[in-house]
Amino acid sequence: MNYLDFEKPLSEIEGKAEELRAMARSNKEMDIEKEAVALDAKAAVLLRDLYKDLSPWRKCLVARHPDRPHCRDYIEALFTEYTPLAGDRNFADDHAVMGGLARLGDQPVMVIGHEKGSDTKSRIERNFGMARPEGYRKAIRLMDMAHRFGLPVITLVDTPGAYPGKGAEERGQAEAIARSTQKCLEIGVPLISVIIGEGGSGGAVAFATANRVAMLEHSVYSVISPEGCASILWKDAEKMREAAEALRLTAQDLQKLGVIDRIIAEPLGGAQRGRTETVAAVGKALETMLAELAGKAPEALVKDRRQKYIAMGSRGLAA
Amino acid sequence: MNWITNYVRPTINSLFSRREVPENLWTKCPECGTMLFHRELKDNLNVCTACDHHMAITPRERFAKLFDGGLFAEVKVPEPLADPLQFRDQKKYPERMRAAQKATGEKDAMLVAEGELARTPIVAVAQDFSFMGGSMGMYVGNAILAAAERAVKMKRPLVLFSAAGGARMQEGILSLMQMPRTTVAVQMLREAGLPYIVVLTHPTTGGVTASYAMLGDVHIAEPNALICFAGPRVIEQTIREKLPEGFQRAEYLLDHGMLDRVTHRRDMRDELATVLRMLMKLPPAVRGDLPAPEAGAASPADAAAKDSAAAKPAETKPAATAKGGDTKPADAKSAPAKAPDAKGSGTKAT
Ligand SMILES: [Zn+2]
Repeated sequence: MNYLDFEKPLSEIEGKAEELRAMARSNKEMDIEKEAVALDAKAAVLLRDLYKDLSPWRKCLVARHPDRPHCRDYIEALFTEYTPLAGDRNFADDHAVMGGLARLGDQPVMVIGHEKGSDTKSRIERNFGMARPEGYRKAIRLMDMAHRFGLPVITLVDTPGAYPGKGAEERGQAEAIARSTQKCLEIGVPLISVIIGEGGSGGAVAFATANRVAMLEHSVYSVISPEGCASILWKDAEKMREAAEALRLTAQDLQKLGVIDRIIAEPLGGAQRGRTETVAAVGKALETMLAELAGKAPEALVKDRRQKYIAMGSRGLAA
Repeated sequence: MNWITNYVRPTINSLFSRREVPENLWTKCPECGTMLFHRELKDNLNVCTACDHHMAITPRERFAKLFDGGLFAEVKVPEPLADPLQFRDQKKYPERMRAAQKATGEKDAMLVAEGELARTPIVAVAQDFSFMGGSMGMYVGNAILAAAERAVKMKRPLVLFSAAGGARMQEGILSLMQMPRTTVAVQMLREAGLPYIVVLTHPTTGGVTASYAMLGDVHIAEPNALICFAGPRVIEQTIREKLPEGFQRAEYLLDHGMLDRVTHRRDMRDELATVLRMLMKLPPAVRGDLPAPEAGAASPADAAAKDSAAAKPAETKPAATAKGGDTKPADAKSAPAKAPDAKGSGTKAT
């Protein structure tokens, strides 16, 4: 288990319980079970307390947790016959973006998502989920294909943002993102998006301009990272807690603002403590959202999507 | 179809900026250091007379030189919710807004206008870098939607001048949502078969570049304008190396296929007229400084008159029109019947 900084007291208690049990295993005379159970109970209470009212900054940390299920985990568990499709037909295949044909139940769909990687090697290969223009252009190509063949599109969003690199800029990062958002708004098939971790800025919008947008309970979606916002507005990157608070980047606030449609509950202690449950909950939400859009005419899907974004911003939050 | 429920009503513009003339009558060119006399700089569209460095220009100043005789009617932008997130950093967002409004005399970072450019009826929208870095929030999104809607209604092309540091963080996710919102505006123009020209000015960065600024039919940039998604400093921190000279500047983007043209501000008006008139299948433009259109059918101000009983545009017309009163709005009459007609456009506003 990888503990986050704020989970340190928890790691101490759980560590102690673990230690006791290890000692008991090597020394059969010891009877520690009662103590260990007491520690377990204490840890359970602490976990509940820690996650009861996660601050926005802590949610950012949970959303970035390396043990959270990533795009690949969802695709493997929820879809069958996943057939990756690669390349933007221009320059390269971007490994930060996965995508291809798959079935959700019997329904063939196009699934596209950011993949962050799960160990050092795959993280580097996936560029930590930060797409380059080729990633967006691949997504555009796949969305277009889905549109032509009448397949619903499902996007799984999990990115710190588009990659701020030299080559990415040279090859038109901004244009690629703009076109991807435009494609999202054009396609005459259902488009459903789930923010499973980090919804970082334009890199997220390029996939998440959808008929239905859901967020996992502790995921975040923001115009800028709290660190970036803090360094610009507070002139101090250490003010990320304040920035996270001010940005209203939690699923709960975004639902109140009408930016997202649905929150998918996570197990106690976050998705990283119940990966299977989390993946299953996302699967269920996808089916529900697809069913909501079933039978809608292509023109109606496009119109509804546009209308939804035009109307956005009519609801504010109280202080 | 009406995308915005609020009816967009054009109001007559006062030609002159509400901004004060700077007390310091000399401006030092940040590029070459030459001291430039205020008047001389204004006459040269805020371009350094010594080195051609393009300095910032406000939307009002730009429009005054863009439209025939400096006459344009402002298109009203629906007011968004103020401070939807109750945002507070070191200052409260409403305080920052009030300070920016006071300093600029503007409501927000975007100005929408309609008028004629070389006798070509257009809708124009310009971003104001001096207003909180031109940042894109709800108002900017509303302005672009209002401009597109107006253009579609009047069957006119839309010219957009971009200038922004990116999204307005104080509106959080709602500023990010302007990316899809403004993209819908571009789609409205496309579906109506109307040209959408983007003029990218210094600087155009972040979410602005990654939405409406990169979706034009034609992209024209001002010389040396910084145009990017991620800024040079962020990239240098990421790749830990110094970027080459001219990286992400207009000429560089032109070389990399992101722009159609890089054009001096002095030539922009003519170039826009040339391109727009071909795309609109109108005869070649009448060149030179044209006076404002006469108070007739072709006048965009006419629309204001019909909409607002209070406004009498013909009487409030700025001095610039009076001296050129002998010039007829020729194109309105000589334009082929098939072309989107300037004649009708002024009267269909209601
Ligand atoms: Zn100079």
